[in-house]
Amino acid sequence: MTLQIEPPPSPNSPVDGSTGPQPDVDPVTIAVDRGHDVMPRPLPSIEPAAAAPSTKPDAADAALAVEHLNVYYGSFRAIKEVGLTIRRHAVTAIIGPSGCGKSTFLRTLNRMHELTPTARVEGSVLLDGIDIMGPDVDPVQLRRVVGMVFQRPNPFPTMSIYDNVVAGLRLTGRRPKHELDEVVERSLRRAALWDEVKDKLRANGTSLSGGQQQRLCIARALAVDPEVILMDEPASALDPVATLRIEQLMAELRQRYTIVIVTHNMQQAARVSDETAFFTMGEDRAGYLVEMGRTTEIFTNPKDQLTEDYVSGRFG
Amino acid sequence: MTTLAPVMDRSIAARLVRSPTDARRARTDRLMRGLALAAAIACVIPLAAVIGFVTVNGLGGLNVDLLTKAPKALGTGGGAASAILGSLQMIPLATLVAVPVGVLGAVYVAEFSGRRSANAIRFAADVLVGIPSILVGIFVFTFLVLPFKQFNAFAGSMALALLMVPVIMRTTEEILRLVPGTLREASLALGIPMWRTVLSVVLRTGLTGILTGVMLAIARAFGETAPLLFTALGSRLVNVGDFGKPMDALPVFIYVNARQPFPALNQQAWGAALLLLIVVLTINILVRARSWGRRAA
Repeated sequence: MTLQIEPPPSPNSPVDGSTGPQPDVDPVTIAVDRGHDVMPRPLPSIEPAAAAPSTKPDAADAALAVEHLNVYYGSFRAIKEVGLTIRRHAVTAIIGPSGCGKSTFLRTLNRMHELTPTARVEGSVLLDGIDIMGPDVDPVQLRRVVGMVFQRPNPFPTMSIYDNVVAGLRLTGRRPKHELDEVVERSLRRAALWDEVKDKLRANGTSLSGGQQQRLCIARALAVDPEVILMDEPASALDPVATLRIEQLMAELRQRYTIVIVTHNMQQAARVSDETAFFTMGEDRAGYLVEMGRTTEIFTNPKDQLTEDYVSGRFG
Repeated sequence: MTTLAPVMDRSIAARLVRSPTDARRARTDRLMRGLALAAAIACVIPLAAVIGFVTVNGLGGLNVDLLTKAPKALGTGGGAASAILGSLQMIPLATLVAVPVGVLGAVYVAEFSGRRSANAIRFAADVLVGIPSILVGIFVFTFLVLPFKQFNAFAGSMALALLMVPVIMRTTEEILRLVPGTLREASLALGIPMWRTVLSVVLRTGLTGILTGVMLAIARAFGETAPLLFTALGSRLVNVGDFGKPMDALPVFIYVNARQPFPALNQQAWGAALLLLIVVLTINILVRARSWGRRAA
């Protein structure tokens, strides 16, 4: 078995020497290409996230632009008029008290909310200039571009580690074996799991520890080559050591992927994220965005009193 | 204080000593426990009695002749080959029809339908499970026997399938509901289409449970007599492959032979009964043993 060996990405080093800076590509072309290609897409050259100075990223820097987003469950409005921009190749944390719509918001970003029968969305979410809520976008294709990692590790119990990683590829079309082998190793390396499982790829995915299972789920999400990865409290079911590994992993992943993480743990948000959005809920129980900015700003010098109360632990 | 303490001691002691009320309660308790135990034993006795009775009477009839020889058209002698071969043909055909219908129906109810239609379909399936099987026989007789003016094995298979569908559907649906929603989400979030998610993740995860339901349905079909009397009818001839003609089946063979005036044929009926009991018990025990094994693991 010949596998393409790739050094694990280290923080703050330029990505993959083989792929130099790419000319700007028409957003439409990107959106059309995305679901189909298996090989790693040539990555646009990026600045390390920490170097980006502004809280208001310009259009080229934005991975997702959310405008006037309202989410309803039946007649109940769960999210009210959220507008924010999520920066490409950065970690954006969403924090806020329980019930403020963090998870609901996250799930609309790859239209997972549609699994809830009564859920309905108003407003737009632009991904590379395309409104993902629009009639031209197929949710199945969208979810290959915007992947998701859940609160509890959920590897497919009937599948081996190997099969779990390639599930997204294999269940969407036939691929040659050598290509799958490559994807498995690359994805597991990027998820920092390769060394632990390379000798037992045929073992059942559920035989791993909780933390390993969660990294397997991350590898599985990476295997379909997403642009954005949504993480819904990815470490809340894990012990502190496993949590640390996931957090380190996020720091590495943001060089190639845009990451949005919902977390209840404010220290975690402070540690892992570049930007933080603070949500809370109003009198009508609808969640809304209070403020968003660079994580250091939000935690040290918030503009809004509500934010300050929350991050200083006086409420929630 | 010093005067109060002994009083307290006495009253606590008095409260601890068994009173007449307590003794009565203890007697009632023993009585009711005994009755419950007797009832529990009464539930188990029939099974033991049936197994014992059929084994004792059937051992003499269960021999190579019974398994290999066709029945004689008249008089005594021969065996139950017609019935064994008949059951082994009609039940696979019934399974072939019932499994896709039952499983797909369950997939619809568990994965795609709204709450109202799911409840309606589930209710219908539950009622169908409870319908006396002879009514199913008459129903199939009307549609698959009368028009052809000929009892036929195909009608027998369809009657059995009709009895198997609701059993398979209900067990499959229960199993599909046990598959965690997080697995569906995980699959859909990878951009795997819904149909593929159902096929490769949900059904795959519930596969052993679904097989259990199918096996139990097969065991039930093996023992059904009434629906076959109106459809496949039973036959003294070995019928291999001609589903347009009457066909024998084990329970029908038992029914027919038990009514004959010849002790030798009655003996064959006992032998066939033991054979049927072994088949059905084996399927049931295999299925349950596997689910025990999984629970232990």
